[in-house]
Order: sequence, then C-alpha cells, then structure tokens
Amino acid sequence: MIFSFDLLINAIISGVLIGGFYAAVTAGVSLSFGILDIVNIAHPAFIILGSYVAYIVNVSFGFDPILTAIVMLPAFYILGAAIYQVYYVSFEKRGEESLRGLAFFFGLLFITEVSLVLYFGVDYRYVEAPYIGPTLHFGSVDLPLRLLVPCLVSLLLIAVLQLVLTRTFIGRAIMAVSQDQLALRLMAIDPIRIKRIAFGISIATASLAGAFLIIIQPVEPSVGREYIGRVFAICVLGGMGSLPGTVIAAMLIGIVESFTSTFYGPSWAPAVSFGFLLLTLAVRPAGLLGR
Amino acid sequence: MRSGPFLLICLVLGGAVYGAAALLDNDYIFFAGYVVLQYVVLSTAWNILGGYCGYVNFGSAAFFALGAYSTVAIHKFTTINETVAVPIPILVLMAGVVSGVVGYGMGYLTLRLRGAFFAIATLALAVVLETLVVNWDFVGGSRGAYILRPSEIAPFGNYVRYLFLIMVVLAAAAVTVARLIERSRLGYGFATIRDDELAAEALGVPTLQLKLIATTISGALMGMAGAPFPYYIGFLQPSSTFGLDYAVNSIAMPLIGGTTSWVGPVIGALLLGSLEQIATVTISSAINLLIVGCLLVGFVIVAPRGIIGLVQTYRRSKPEEFAARRPIDADAPEATP
Repeated sequence: MIFSFDLLINAIISGVLIGGFYAAVTAGVSLSFGILDIVNIAHPAFIILGSYVAYIVNVSFGFDPILTAIVMLPAFYILGAAIYQVYYVSFEKRGEESLRGLAFFFGLLFITEVSLVLYFGVDYRYVEAPYIGPTLHFGSVDLPLRLLVPCLVSLLLIAVLQLVLTRTFIGRAIMAVSQDQLALRLMAIDPIRIKRIAFGISIATASLAGAFLIIIQPVEPSVGREYIGRVFAICVLGGMGSLPGTVIAAMLIGIVESFTSTFYGPSWAPAVSFGFLLLTLAVRPAGLLGR
Repeated sequence: MRSGPFLLICLVLGGAVYGAAALLDNDYIFFAGYVVLQYVVLSTAWNILGGYCGYVNFGSAAFFALGAYSTVAIHKFTTINETVAVPIPILVLMAGVVSGVVGYGMGYLTLRLRGAFFAIATLALAVVLETLVVNWDFVGGSRGAYILRPSEIAPFGNYVRYLFLIMVVLAAAAVTVARLIERSRLGYGFATIRDDELAAEALGVPTLQLKLIATTISGALMGMAGAPFPYYIGFLQPSSTFGLDYAVNSIAMPLIGGTTSWVGPVIGALLLGSLEQIATVTISSAINLLIVGCLLVGFVIVAPRGIIGLVQTYRRSKPEEFAARRPIDADAPEATP
C-alpha cells in the first residue's frame, strides 16, 4: 500500500462529506431513540422508502430528488405520526414496548424491504441531477458535488432541527417529554401528542436522508440493513439525543470508514461502525456529548 | 414428567415422522421437514433468551451462520490435509461451542446496559460477522463455498434422510433443554429478569450471570442448528446465510406461538415453517417472507401472547369454567339486606 499525502487528505475530505450525510441519516434516530426512547430499528427502511420516492418522481417527472424530498416531508410526517399512534395504542399503553415493540419495528423493516423487492426487484436504482456528475478541484483536493450537496443540505437540516428543539415551544416540549412526562402533563401538555409530533418529525427526516442516499450511491432495497448498525453506532457515540454530538460522531465514523476503505479495502468498512458501537457501549455508554 | 422420558417421547415422535416419511418414500418430505425442524431449534433457542428473559436477539442469522461456517472451516481444514471427514454430530457440537462463546462475548459487552442496546448490537453483529466471512477466503469469501456431500450414507439411504434424523435429535434436545430450564431455578431466575430486572437485582438474583447463561445457551443452540446446513444446501453463500429471513423467522415463530412456555415456539415453528414450505412451493419465496412479516406485526398487535395466549383466554371464557367457579362465590357470606 503506497501511502501518499493526497490520498490521506482526500480520505479525510470524503469522510467529512459522508459524515454529513450520516448525520442526516442518524438525526431521525437521535430523535426517536435518543429522546423518545422508541427503538425504531425500522428507520433505515423508511430512508430506503424515501430513496424510492425520490427515484420514482425523478424518473417519471425529472424533478430534483432533494426538492422532491422536501415536498414529501408532510407525507412522511403523517406516516410517522400514524406509526406512533399504532405503537402507542398497541405497546406503550400496555407497557410492552421492550420485547413486542422491537418485534413490531423489526416486522415493519422486513415488510418494507420485502415489498420494495417485490415491486422494484433487486436491481440498483439511481437518479439524475445536475450535481451528480461534476467534481470541484482545489489543487489536489477533490470535492465531488454528489457528496458536497447532500452534506451541506444535511447540516442545514440538523441546524433547523436544533433550532426547533431549543427555541420553539413544541421543541422544548419534545425535550421535556424525554425527561419527565408527568411534569409535562401537569402543565396541561399532552405528552402523547408531543411524542406523536416528534416521531412524525423523526420519520420526516428519513425522506430527506433517503434522497441524499440515492444521490450518493445507487440503491436497492436491502441497502438499508447496512445502515442499522451505523445509525445506532453514531447515535450512541454522539450521546443519545444530542444533535451536535450526532454531527461530530457522524463525521468521526465517516472519516474512519473512509480511511478503512482507502487503506484496507471497502469490504471492511461495515465492521468499523460496529467496532465503534461495542467500544462505546463498553467504555463510555453516555457517548461523546451525553447528557 | 421428568426430562428423560420427555426427551424419549420427543425422539419417538420424531422417529415416527421419519418412519412415516420413509414409508411414503418421498425425499421431498425430508427436505421440507429438515427446514421445519431447523426452525424448531432456532425458535426454541431464541425463546430461551427472548421469551424467558425478555431480551430480543436480532442476530439469529449471525449465530446460525456462525455454526454453518464453522462446519465449512472444519470441513475445508480436514479435507486439505486428506484426513477423514469429521462426522456431523461432532461438527454440531463444535459449532455449538463456537457460537456459545460468541454469544457469551456479545452478552458480556452489551448486557450490562438497557435491553435495547443488546438488541441493536445483535443486529450489528450480523453485519460484522458477514464482513468477516466475506473477507475470509479460506471459507470461500463472497464467492461462497461448496460442500460436496456423499449422495448416500450406509444405513439411511439418501443423505438427506441422515440430515433429517440429525435435526430430529437436535430439535428434541433443544426442546428438552428449554423445558428443563423453564422448570428449574434457572427458569424462575430468567422470569424475574423478564418481569422486573431491577427488583430481581435488588432481591439478590444474579441477573448479569443469568443473562450470560441464557445468551450462551441460546447462541450455542442456534449455532448447532446451523452446523449441518452446509451439507444440506451444498453451496453456502454469505448473503443468503446471513439473510434477514432467519432472523425474522426465529422471532416471528415464538411470538406467534407464545413466548412464555416451550410449547409456543414449537407450535409457531411447526405452523409457520410448514406454511412457508407450502407457500414457497405454491406461490413464491418472496411472498412467503412478506406473509411472515405481516403475521409477525399482526400477532404482536392483536394477540400479544400468541396462540398459547389465545387458547388460554378461550379456555377461561368457557361457560363450564364459569359454572365451576360459581360455588366459590356462593361460599361468600351473603350481604345482609
């Protein structure tokens, strides 16, 4: 293996760019798992769903995938709110969320994946957009727009989410619901409604993350599975429910994965996030910016 | 009933099925029966951790594949040095040891934390083990590995019959172990963890130790179920061996059957396993996975206690039982007017 400075710089840059995208993928899980304590392992499946929505609209009308995703945000929000309602009535209310709730989301993951396979097959699908081909060059540094655009939009998304969570009434209520539901109830706020809104937002981010995913790489239904370990590793590493922590952890994992694939080969990259997950759980379960 | 006679009855039942299938002289029954029995082992093993302790393992496929690949590794190793092939029962035991150790390690790292972390870690374990196998050329890597099995074996005739018989023994052993655990001190310990881990810990139940025992036994049984698989399938490929369908099946079967007793996973595996075999032949294998997923989600929402729970509720609502209960009410002192 020839070690070169250019290779190193480019590995770091692409790691940071990919990390920005990972942050968008994880933001939804940070909301649902980190704040609401709902172990939504089906989140990657909704991201793939978002990818396919962007793909259909792009292929049939030629719309931009990111714009499509923004238009589709309300639909994903409603989907999320509906899923939370089912989850609440069937599991949370009965106090059975641990075992059966997990099985429920696992079933959702499986159903989404198999339905997509049945409908679209296992061929890789991709989208067309003006920024997918070209690359910016600064000396020896390459900035592929295909990675740069999702990264920037994703950071914007996280910033908006963070502002909503810390500055608005609903956002503060969402933060509060993770701490003390009873206190919330005493202040005449319905915690179930707040949780429904939060879960809706969490699934809505999957729409955008899905569009980013299909811009970055071709997508087939089972791609989502690779993201389960990664997403939860980032969420735990960042400190459950902390969005700034999520961004830092996402960039960290992005860089390490990029190093692994540059210097050891891409087939080893999936093991990286798992290593991080186990290490974090064993050494510092509270994560980097844990509360 | 003691465990010895119970195991004997299980074996006799399995032997009877073998005999009936052999009388019909249709090898497809052995082919399909092997898969169903394999699911009996997997779902019983899952239930030891999931049903008894309440910890969800999404990595059944990983443990299963671990068993399968340990067989491949041993097979390759022995055939390279031109020694005699290792008999399958020994391979099964070795696979059990390997996946038991991995199960223990997994549990040791993740079980100190909340249950959800364990579940997520098991999901990720499947991805990592797949990565390792894909990069390990000795066992075939991403190209997959061929295992050439002899087509006939001495007293049984077709080799599939021999594999079927091994699975019968394995299934009987797994169910007996589960039943034994359920009725022992260990089982009560597991139940306290499921119901209220904090209270159990406070009362002096060694919860971490018990959970580690559960993951080890459960992982070992799953690995044992996977050990004969390369001989059954002939060509082992990482993406299908680590496939999500093993994970979803081994969760769906106990949850549909009922998780609180050893009967549940057996019922679930027999029903769902047979249904899948029929659906694979008559419709398509993708549709059959969709059916499993929908059944799983439907059951956890509508009938959270599975088929066993449904039967129990039905029994309780039977009129005879109400009649039997009435005299007790009559014994109560009558209210003075």
